[in-house]
Amino acid sequence: MKTFAVASAPHLPARRSVRSVMGLVLAALVPGVLAHAWFFGPGIAIQIALATAFALGFEAAMLRLRGKPLRPFLTDLSAPLTAVLFALSVPPLAPWWVSAIGMASAIVLAKHLYGGLGQNLFNPAMVGVAVVLLCFPREFTQWLPPTGLQEDAVIPGLAASLRAVLTGELPAPWRWDMLAQATPLDTVRTLGQQGATLAEIRGNPLFGDFGGRGWEWVANFFALGGVFLLWKKLIPWQVPVAMLGTVVVVTLPFWLSDPDLHPFPLQHVFSGALVLGAFFIATDPVSGCTTPRGRLLFGVGVALLTLAIRRWGAFPDGVAFAVLLMNCAAPWLDRYSRPRILGEGREP
Amino acid sequence: MTRYSFHGGLALAGHKAESTGRGLQACPMPPLLHVPLLQHAGTPARACVAAGDAVAAGQRIGIAQGELSADVHAPCAGRVRAVERRALARFPGLDAEHVVIETSAALSLHALPAMDWQASDPAALRERIRDAGVVGLGGAGFPTAGKLSVARALLVLNGAECEPWIACDDALLREHADDVVNGGRLLARVVGAGRVLLAIEDKMPEALAAARAAVAGSGGGIEVVAVPTRYPAGGERQLIQVLTGREVPRGGLPRDIGVIVQNVATARAAWRAVAVGEALATRVVTVTGRGVARPGNFVVPLGTSVAHLVQQAGGYTEHAARLLLGGPMMGQALPHDEFAIGKQDNCVLVLSADECTDREPEMPCIRCGDCASACPAQLLPQQLLWHLRADEPARAQDQGLFDCIECGCCDLVCPSHIPLTQPFRQAKVEIGLRAAETRRALAARDRHEQRQQRLQRESVERAERQQARQAGGAEAAASALERARATRPPGHDTDPSP
Repeated sequence: MKTFAVASAPHLPARRSVRSVMGLVLAALVPGVLAHAWFFGPGIAIQIALATAFALGFEAAMLRLRGKPLRPFLTDLSAPLTAVLFALSVPPLAPWWVSAIGMASAIVLAKHLYGGLGQNLFNPAMVGVAVVLLCFPREFTQWLPPTGLQEDAVIPGLAASLRAVLTGELPAPWRWDMLAQATPLDTVRTLGQQGATLAEIRGNPLFGDFGGRGWEWVANFFALGGVFLLWKKLIPWQVPVAMLGTVVVVTLPFWLSDPDLHPFPLQHVFSGALVLGAFFIATDPVSGCTTPRGRLLFGVGVALLTLAIRRWGAFPDGVAFAVLLMNCAAPWLDRYSRPRILGEGREP
Repeated sequence: MTRYSFHGGLALAGHKAESTGRGLQACPMPPLLHVPLLQHAGTPARACVAAGDAVAAGQRIGIAQGELSADVHAPCAGRVRAVERRALARFPGLDAEHVVIETSAALSLHALPAMDWQASDPAALRERIRDAGVVGLGGAGFPTAGKLSVARALLVLNGAECEPWIACDDALLREHADDVVNGGRLLARVVGAGRVLLAIEDKMPEALAAARAAVAGSGGGIEVVAVPTRYPAGGERQLIQVLTGREVPRGGLPRDIGVIVQNVATARAAWRAVAVGEALATRVVTVTGRGVARPGNFVVPLGTSVAHLVQQAGGYTEHAARLLLGGPMMGQALPHDEFAIGKQDNCVLVLSADECTDREPEMPCIRCGDCASACPAQLLPQQLLWHLRADEPARAQDQGLFDCIECGCCDLVCPSHIPLTQPFRQAKVEIGLRAAETRRALAARDRHEQRQQRLQRESVERAERQQARQAGGAEAAASALERARATRPPGHDTDPSP
């Protein structure tokens, strides 16, 4: 008689792991990050490195405090993903402590105090962004103009960027006041409030074909990564389709009625963090919806709230707040959007 | 013919060629058979032979107990050594009576008279299928005669072997497609089905060709349908959905939409029972995996031990790490190989360590929803697990716990490596046990209440009788008393006791 160890069915190993999922999402961000670096300089690399270091540090400290094993959770790549998404929302030359505070909020507050991986109610990266944006609005809005916009000033290199991030010293001829309020969405808002038509606003060299110059290309590359994720079935199609579709459907009639007052729909899509949000942020499984219909509604909600915040809110872009608000609604959406079980309602 | 799709499921590596290359082989009769008296869904059969009895091949050795049970027959002539309780492979921790037969080379055969299936009454055909001990050979083991008692419009012959490695139906169809086709016609006549579909996976070209040839060569009337190879296409509800686009009602049965599904091997067994008078005492079993030397498909006498069967496949290899009865998705892992093969067992699979070990630790659920996308029953497995872990079995039932077909797809796609199917299986058993306990308690309470009512009724009746006696008989009583006093000697009406 030969004896064997027993186990319960199924007897085949799982095909994916949390690490491989997070790793592929990180890989999908690479084209967008490279485009970002092309237009806005190497600052993004410094921000990613800083945020990742802080994220892993806080993660390790919290795991130890909570008595959890370090190895599986430190290597699951979820903290680095949070860090990269945060860094992409931060100006490339933002001071180092922005990262520290952002990651403390994201990893300690939003993630571990809610129970760690899989338990967080709110998207950690967006909690980090929201805290920094609310507490330090000035540091958050100091963006460099994209490459090619100003012939006289070149984007600072790696060493100069690093010095700016760590010490706050900008290389000549840059001054911090030159950087304030430079994003296309801010420009639309401030000039619009001054009574300029959109045609006049778009005459500003800051703008490209649809969104901001440079910005729209970064968005394109994020979309490329997003399509990769859709193809790999790593993110549900419902969220990006609902989110981008809603933005176009809602803004189109306004633009048709008066193109001088209301931006072209694709300008909305390619401005701010909308594309990044549609493929990488609102698709966070933990804090989003899990049912197909819930995900559609989640995407619609994020889009509507983003547009509302862009139109009426005090902040130029509303993706972070929109995602956080929809995070609150996600459990409720899930509960009332359970899919029909096979054979349900088919009673003869 | 239009083929529809079902929700979820997985494309899995088939591994069928490993065993189908050698055709259908006969498994030599082992010196000892341990024939289980529970080889079907329902109540075990009761032994009708005793130690020392001589038995003929095909002789009944176990009698069905009630409607949800099946007769058991001896696969071989020999002598009964004992009737003893032994562990059941499919139900760890449970045992059942087994008839132990010392087999002999004697050719004593006990066959039923052959029947003309076209001239016989459907009820008589059904009785013959019952007498031959035919049960569902796809794995569920439901007594076939019981299933055949309700008229249906559509008969589906299930040759869609969806689990990887299992190839017994493929091997059977390649060699005995004519029996399967004839069995289909027979079963269609019994249930009055106007339409018969023979569903075979599109990755089984030899079986498809054999089936088409068998149908064409015997007058048609059966549609051979190639169905997409996607696990679990061979699940009853999924197959009906693929073929008809219709869903079996939640909590209902295929009969509710006029459909009956029978495994191809069951159809053949029914045909053999009617046309040849042969009782079901052998079945085709796939013995395969990297853990056996010469994988193959064997015609196995029921009651053969797994160990004997593995020997026929060349014995274990050095890779043998896990012994499964069934496929890798739903099979039962066996602690040893001394279990007996029964009617429900379609495969012995020996996996190597690197095929079945999960090296990743379990992580928390990240709510990715991949389990829901993979679920053919359209459930939300992570939500079910959440309710079960929160000890809310009622919520889990609302969310479809009992609609789970335990196919294991959710386990395979979970990036957090959370065991899902096992807790669902366990919860179903526990809820079932609890319900049985509640039923017992309710029955006891009913009995108690009935007794109380009876006692009360009796006491009321007694009181009424007494009252009637007192009211109606007061005068008579007085005169009787008079008479008694008159006849009695003086002083006698005082208490005689000191």
